[in-house]
Amino acid sequence: MKKKFLGVALAIAALMILLHGVEDLPPWGDPDQPASLHVSPRYIEKGLTETGVPNMVTAVLADYRGYDTLFETAVIFTAGVAVLMILRRSAP
Amino acid sequence: MIRHQEDIIIQTICRMLIPFMQVYGLYVLAHGHGSPGGGFQGGCIFAASFILMPIAYDLDKAKRRFAERRTILFCSLGVFIYAGIGLLCLLLGGNFLDYGKLSAILPVDPVMARYYGIAVIETGVQITVMAVMVSIFINLITSGRHEEEMRNTHD
Repeated sequence: MKKKFLGVALAIAALMILLHGVEDLPPWGDPDQPASLHVSPRYIEKGLTETGVPNMVTAVLADYRGYDTLFETAVIFTAGVAVLMILRRSAP
Repeated sequence: MIRHQEDIIIQTICRMLIPFMQVYGLYVLAHGHGSPGGGFQGGCIFAASFILMPIAYDLDKAKRRFAERRTILFCSLGVFIYAGIGLLCLLLGGNFLDYGKLSAILPVDPVMARYYGIAVIETGVQITVMAVMVSIFINLITSGRHEEEMRNTHD
């Protein structure tokens, strides 16, 4: 009983701290929030002229963030090899 | 483990559906430049066509179309193409994955070289995703014992 009470108290305390942090976040969809001002304008304005790709998502995914996609592919490859190593049994 | 059942309706529908699914997978890959799509999505659609084959027919027939050795080869081939393009850019004097430098070996200007570089690496992603999906599916449905599965269906 005492443990359960402690757990609930801890959860409420953590919720209070998180809600206090949410107060300082910029409003939802605000065009002047820091996340929209750093690199996004460059991608939107120069993406087509720099990469020649009309689809902005593809330009960011494969060109500006090429490393990310390379290692995403490597992660998928690792998943395949891991399943193979764990499950594969050749005939006795 | 998996009982082999003949069902003429499912087999006929799959025989007609599989080529269109494969063409659609390639379409999604080729249209990644202008519309939603790309290697990951196209690879999954392409893999779905190969996954339909053991569901509609038996594993033996599917493995004859897409042997395990070839699956593992394709798994690594896609990552190899992607990293190889990056390394090629490095050898041509740019940064890793700086596709603009590919204009030295392609008959196009640097901006269009980026366009074609992205097309090549998306193809690599598609090959890896397709092969990994098929490999994971076949290993999961047979618990990694395909040979016994094939022997059972022959008996």
